[in-house]
Amino acid sequence: MNQNTDSILAVVTVNKDKVSGGAPIFFARNEDELVSISVNLSRILDSTVHELEGGTYILVKHG
Amino acid sequence: MNAFGWTNQPEYLAVILAGVLAGTISRALLLRIDYRQYPGYPHGYLAHLSLGFISSALGAVAVPAILKPDYTAVTFLALAAQQFREIRNMERRTLESLESTELVKRGLDYIEGIARTFEARNYLVMGTAFATSLAAQFGGFFAAVVTALVALIVSRVFMSGEVIGNICDVVPATLSFKGPILMVDEIGIMNVGLASMRAKIIKDGLAVKIIPRDGNARATIHDIGQRNALAFTAAVILGTKKDVDIPEFTPMARKNPDTGDVGLYILPVEKDMEQLIAAIKLTPVLESARSKPLTAGSVTKKARKKAS
Repeated sequence: MNQNTDSILAVVTVNKDKVSGGAPIFFARNEDELVSISVNLSRILDSTVHELEGGTYILVKHG
Repeated sequence: MNAFGWTNQPEYLAVILAGVLAGTISRALLLRIDYRQYPGYPHGYLAHLSLGFISSALGAVAVPAILKPDYTAVTFLALAAQQFREIRNMERRTLESLESTELVKRGLDYIEGIARTFEARNYLVMGTAFATSLAAQFGGFFAAVVTALVALIVSRVFMSGEVIGNICDVVPATLSFKGPILMVDEIGIMNVGLASMRAKIIKDGLAVKIIPRDGNARATIHDIGQRNALAFTAAVILGTKKDVDIPEFTPMARKNPDTGDVGLYILPVEKDMEQLIAAIKLTPVLESARSKPLTAGSVTKKARKKAS
């Protein structure tokens, strides 16, 4: 409910040049790997997978 | 001070018994109608029935205390008020501590509303008992029965409060995806990344649109606590497929910023649109969410007139 407690737990991407920064980043070789890594991470971290533009997913824990 | 000397007098005993009986019955009936707000644990029932009994006893003995006359004895009513505030705290604390393990949260507004209702119901019970005792003292058995019935009906009508169905229309809506964004008709709900999740949501999800009938209703469902309560009620009645590791299935209500319509999405265990609409319509309008800006508008107009 409280939006301030949302946090990005991980970033999964196929575009190495598009991302950098604080959250753990997982690089995938292709779209299939992108999806399977995201699914696994979401189950492990109990978090939601959100899609950004161009083959990048972020995993967010909503507070 | 022997405030309880009158218990030996049979006529007062009958008066008190009438009040206590009416009060306790009224508490039991009021407990029955809040099944939607509260799971109704057996121990909770017992606690509330006992407290209802105590508050009706307090209301009932007030009549002989005044007639005796033992006016100072009436000060125990102040003690009762303190006691009922404690009930409110107790309810709030219980529900708040349960909240952390709820998959679909009630929300603080709902909890506060329930706690306040529980406190207020005890005052109602006390009032019922007092009125019935008074009638029993001055009008006899028949008058007491009539007063008790009237008090029961009044407290039922008075405390059941408004529901969303009174102020809004609820219509079925369709779920779709605009890119990764889940939409309920034209209202964006959230971003769902995985294609498998999107397919599941389209297949199993249900959505309704809640259309406010006027500005007051719009302001009420604008309240986040009220929308939480809607999602919670829907999830209680239809069940939800959400689990700890699939937060995508959280029921959610978001509004159209332009029209004030609210779209609600849920992944129910039982996919039954009629049930969903009924659940939404039966959701109580929370006291903290209820607002009447339209009425306030006339007040500000008056104030403006006065100022000019």
